[in-house]
Amino acid sequence: MTGPDEEARSLAFERLMPHPPEKIWRALTQSWLIKEWLMENDFAAALDHRFTFRATPLPGWSGVVNCEVVALEPPRLLAYRWGDGTESDSGLKTLVTWTLTAQDGGTLVRMEQSGFRLQDEHSARRMGGGWPRILERLDQAAGRIETGIIS
Amino acid sequence: MLFAALADPTRRAIFQRLSREGEQTVHAITGHAGVSQPAVSKHLAVLKRAGLVNDRRAGRETHYRARIEGLAPLIDWMSLYGAFWRERLDALEGLLGRMDG
Repeated sequence: MTGPDEEARSLAFERLMPHPPEKIWRALTQSWLIKEWLMENDFAAALDHRFTFRATPLPGWSGVVNCEVVALEPPRLLAYRWGDGTESDSGLKTLVTWTLTAQDGGTLVRMEQSGFRLQDEHSARRMGGGWPRILERLDQAAGRIETGIIS
Repeated sequence: MLFAALADPTRRAIFQRLSREGEQTVHAITGHAGVSQPAVSKHLAVLKRAGLVNDRRAGRETHYRARIEGLAPLIDWMSLYGAFWRERLDALEGLLGRMDG
């Protein structure tokens, strides 16, 4: 189903880092370096490569991120699918895109995670931040489910 | 299925009770639910199909416990990842500072 209600949302961060793109590219694409700042992983710099990130599990999340490299243009563009590993329609299916642009004094690093769907957005508004509050708010949430805001 | 399972107040109460108090028998759950045991069993079956409870048979009793991870679709991914990336980008900058050339 598509339509205005299905519009996906994204998160984006931009930082000017005082390092050349080639060096940042290494930190983004070498498994042992990625582990240093992001998570345990079996990343390889190859198109279509499927890999996982692994972190400490949380309630509601296995700690595994399922990924696939979908764009690789050293040293300026890297993109991988980023999902929560569940195959269900309600599972997280996003795209993480890194763009490196050389600038005076370093590199503009842009990270965008796109593809958060409206239902995730609804969850955000309904639940507020933070896991412990989810249980407390089930009643309220379900009340809105009953009134048809969420289908 | 998840939303539908949680839309019913009796089921919601059963799930919340199992979340807070751990594993319970159908008998014990019925004592608090204010509905008949067959009705409770029906509700538990719906919760189970939605992935919100697990059951375990022991003798003549079936024990149920909450599967908190079944609530994953309700997690506020955007705000979790907002905080996550901010922290990871700080770590990336720290690493770059330690790397050669």
